[in-house]
Amino acid sequence: METIKNIGLGSFVIALFTFILSLTFSQHVLTPELIGERVNSYRQEVLLEQAAPMLGKTYTSNLAFIQDLQPVLEATRQAIEKKAGIDPENGVWNAVYLPEGASEWEYRMGDGDIKGYLFSLTKYSATGLLPGNTWLFFALSMVLAVLGGLMYLLPDLQLIPGIKNNGIYLSHATRGVTLQLRLIFLGAAAIASVLVGVYKALLPAILTILAAAFIIFRIFQTNRQKNIKGQHSRTVTATKGLGLIGLAMGIFLIGFYVLLYFFPQYITNWTLMLDPISESLSGNPASQWFLYGFLYTVVMLVMGIRMLIKYRHNRYQLVRTSSVIFFQTAFAFLIPEFLVKLNQPYMDLKNAWPLDYDFYYDYNINSMVGQGQEFAIAGWATSVGTIMFIWGVVLTLMVVPLFTYFYGKRWYCSWVCGCGGLAETLGDPYRQLSDKSLKAWKAERYIIHGVLVFAIVMPGMVLYTYWTGSSQILSFDSYRVRSWYGFFIGSMFSGIVGTGFYPIMGSRVWCRFGCPLAGLMGIVQRFQSRFRITTNGGQCISCGNCSTYCEMGIDVRAYAQRGQDIVRASCVGCGICSAVCPRGVLRLENGTADIAQRTTEVRALHITPEGGIKLVG
Amino acid sequence: MHIAIIGNGISGITAARFIRKLSDHRITVISAETDHFFSRTALMYIYMGHMRFEDTKPYEDWFWAKNRIDLLRAYVERIDPDQKQLELRDRAPLPYDKLIIACGSTPNKFGWPGQDLDGVHGMYSFQDLEAMERHSPGLQRAVIVGGGLIGIEMAEMFHSRHIPVTFLVREPSYWNGVLPAEESQMVNRHIRENHIDLRLATELREIVDDGQGKAGAGIPGLGVRFLCGFGGRPAGVRPNISFLEGSGIETQRGILVDEHLRTSVPDIYAIGDCAQARAPRPGRRPIEAIWYTGRMMGETVAYNICDRAQSYDPGIWFNSAKFFEIEYQVYGNVQARPPENHASIYWEHSDGRRSIRIIYDRETLTILGFNLMGVRYRHEVCEKWLRDQAHVEEVLQNLSLANFDPEFYSEYEAKVIASYNQQTGKQLRLRQKRRLDSVLRFLRGATTIS
Ligand SMILES: Cc1cc2nc3c(=O)[nH]c(=O)nc-3n(C[C@H](O)[C@H](O)[C@H](O)COP(=O)(O)OP(=O)(O)OC[C@H]3O[C@@H](n4cnc5c(N)ncnc54)[C@H](O)[C@@H]3O)c2cc1C
Ligand code: SF4
Ligand code: SF4
Repeated sequence: METIKNIGLGSFVIALFTFILSLTFSQHVLTPELIGERVNSYRQEVLLEQAAPMLGKTYTSNLAFIQDLQPVLEATRQAIEKKAGIDPENGVWNAVYLPEGASEWEYRMGDGDIKGYLFSLTKYSATGLLPGNTWLFFALSMVLAVLGGLMYLLPDLQLIPGIKNNGIYLSHATRGVTLQLRLIFLGAAAIASVLVGVYKALLPAILTILAAAFIIFRIFQTNRQKNIKGQHSRTVTATKGLGLIGLAMGIFLIGFYVLLYFFPQYITNWTLMLDPISESLSGNPASQWFLYGFLYTVVMLVMGIRMLIKYRHNRYQLVRTSSVIFFQTAFAFLIPEFLVKLNQPYMDLKNAWPLDYDFYYDYNINSMVGQGQEFAIAGWATSVGTIMFIWGVVLTLMVVPLFTYFYGKRWYCSWVCGCGGLAETLGDPYRQLSDKSLKAWKAERYIIHGVLVFAIVMPGMVLYTYWTGSSQILSFDSYRVRSWYGFFIGSMFSGIVGTGFYPIMGSRVWCRFGCPLAGLMGIVQRFQSRFRITTNGGQCISCGNCSTYCEMGIDVRAYAQRGQDIVRASCVGCGICSAVCPRGVLRLENGTADIAQRTTEVRALHITPEGGIKLVG
Repeated sequence: MHIAIIGNGISGITAARFIRKLSDHRITVISAETDHFFSRTALMYIYMGHMRFEDTKPYEDWFWAKNRIDLLRAYVERIDPDQKQLELRDRAPLPYDKLIIACGSTPNKFGWPGQDLDGVHGMYSFQDLEAMERHSPGLQRAVIVGGGLIGIEMAEMFHSRHIPVTFLVREPSYWNGVLPAEESQMVNRHIRENHIDLRLATELREIVDDGQGKAGAGIPGLGVRFLCGFGGRPAGVRPNISFLEGSGIETQRGILVDEHLRTSVPDIYAIGDCAQARAPRPGRRPIEAIWYTGRMMGETVAYNICDRAQSYDPGIWFNSAKFFEIEYQVYGNVQARPPENHASIYWEHSDGRRSIRIIYDRETLTILGFNLMGVRYRHEVCEKWLRDQAHVEEVLQNLSLANFDPEFYSEYEAKVIASYNQQTGKQLRLRQKRRLDSVLRFLRGATTIS
């Protein structure tokens, strides 16, 4: 059993290295044919002119290729602007000249076009080892990683079913890092966001850094005071040594997200390996988003199997984990691809606004309403896209509040949601690293509700612009606000910090601090829901397993030890607190009876205020 | 008024918290063990790597200053009731107006030759845990002596670090002084399926020195180097009262207290593991070294100190534990060797790791107790049936109300009824579904039998 596990682990590590190194296994040649294939006819001529020195030259790495290509594309843009007669200094903002048959934006190039060309030209200019053997590398990296992972996981089926948390805080992979390191990471993320965002969002970047610095300073200060006195603090500090493997894992994930969001041109080799799969699903070649969706789903599957094995004695965990895996595979990954294949609008049907923050963006509305197959219901002519749009509105306005009323936000966060699904599978080994301090809870409430307000205001502005055509609202440019949100919340927070920080700050950083949909459902759950966790009388021994393994950083023990039912906005109903409790104290339930009375703090364990002795109740 | 509390365990800390809730008295909690209150019951999880020490502290460190509870890390050498002061090691004496002794237990020693050798340890304090940690690297085998709750916890601890364990139990079956035979055998099986070398009906005679003052080959055929732990016989710990000698406080096995938790000396109270009730309530023992009684005594003593007299009443017996993967809960009167009038309904799952036992009075048919292995029952519901002396058939037909297992778990109440029907030839059926609203309706007092 040990041997099989070790072979599995070894294979996984080899696969991981192959995967990373495969980014360098290509040469690149830019040819006129390639430009002819990938660039629209109006722009080809200018690009060919600008790219003349590059044509036919063999680059031994994608780095050198991209380094040359980027200025060429920039120069192409400028040359086109000039040809079109754009002259901002003299107040000419719109094209004066356009090639025969071209609309203005088919001719002129925006940032998006440059990014797109950078990606596609790099991808298809590749020749050499990897591009010639995509199947081989697919097998040696992704397939081998999955097989290795399964070999490592499956032997655990031989263990006696039960809670398997042995050694979590003794392992370098899962024990977390010291508070100081955690802070350095947060700081670095903030600085990185400034560097990346500098050219388009300087002001908010600085504000974020200042805010982060302030929070970090406050936490740091109090903790240092405690450390000086030689006492332990209850926030996340590792027992001994650094969690080095966890740290490496965090750096890998953060690096992956940075490349994916901001520099996809460097990971085109990965997408090459997936082209056949993507083409068979949607008919299109693999974009970086297909790569992301594919890896996301595969990782959730393998780590989901891990979860199923680990909790095979607990049917709530089995059902819930199968559910998130299903929703990710079917709803987030396969159905949208099939929709594209069938020429219908792309939509993840379970992704509710405001998590799906661009749902009310003009381009998204335009891509749905009136699009796709047309048909009639009871004499009303409509289309697939319109129905999808209506479903999206209904999902947020009716389904979300109603289900949250009946079952708490768990129906979404730990049964359906993709972000939650990844946290519950890939993130499970790190769930204990969430910060349980009161301070963290306070910070959480400010941050998540801040994001929620931002997320509601922003589409309001966007819709205002949509209807009035004016993008200026109270000196804010609605397009600018929208790109801030996309950058800071959509990319930095939900991706880089949300997932990259799993081994550093626990598995639900995004869900706990950032997700506006969770914030919204949290309000419903806290004030108007049947969901709660009941506690089992006087059985609690205050051991702290429940709090430690609560990924949302809820101090479950604080309630359990006084026999108080738990109603908390942030609880995602993962049920792990109940699973790890060695005394059978916690149970997730739906029901409103006596909820106000049973959640009050003064529910004495023993002696009631009236003077009588009572054992709970 | 200054209230001094010796001991920062669950009982001393609960007393301090409730005194603060009820009054403005000055409070000092003294302990030699750790700076802050931690959960002793979680010691094993630190060793096993489930938690860090910080995670076992139920309150954050700022809590104490905020609630004006002074903490003093010191050892009390002697209590001087005449001067009303505590003599501390390496410190000036501390005067008090009222004193609460909550000094807990200490592991039993049985006079085995070699019991003081290096590498022989009980498991009670944080320092014991550190010692276990120190001795673990390179350990070839651990021998655990004494088959109680702490003994099996130690076995699980070593097992989690892949250290082979030999577990010596004097009785013919694990914890058979408390568990009925089937349950005790279930645990025997489970210990063995975890590859623990369980030796039943085996007594330790001697721990042999390896020549360097360390525990060596103590029992023929058990390997050369081992750490020997002792703990958790039915009398695995005893009240930690040796430092009270000569203080004039009346003790027996523990510190004798009346129903208001007062000792024989005015203004001195004793609670928790170290207290021995002069007149325990029916169904309760004089010394109960468990977590929740410490908590209850802490609360009760706070009321008494703040001049709101309350007598200590722990209610109906309940307890819980976990044997490796098998959770155990008990409510009411379940005996290992039941008296004549105890009748029992027993159901066991085919996997041999789950069972439900219900005890009732053979003559009056009133419910007496619940014993659960691998199944969770709701404390409040069981307690209400026991308090109301419900008829066993009423209990059985509504048994689902008691089920506390997580959602989607198989429910076994119907099997329990089937087993009763088989025993009695009756045709009872379940009348209730497991629903929280029904449970709460039942607890509010609405009768469940139509
Ligand atoms: C390993 C283990 C597992 C357990 N598991 C369970 C369980 O699952 N369920 C359950 O119900 N119970 C369990 N128990 C029992 C439970 O932990 C005890 O009943 C409870 O901790 C007793 O609390 P206490 O406050 O009375 O005393 P303690 O927690 O022992 O606190 C007494 C404190 O006083 C200090 N002290 C003593 N004398 C002096 C002095 N002279 N000067 C200064 N300080 C002094 C001691 O160092 C200690 O810190 C377990 C016990 C152990 C050891
Ligand atoms: S609820 Fe369970 S896990 Fe949490 S502190 Fe109490 S006994 Fe431990
Ligand atoms: S309180 Fe329990 S169910 Fe809720 S998020 Fe935390 S661990 Fe999960």
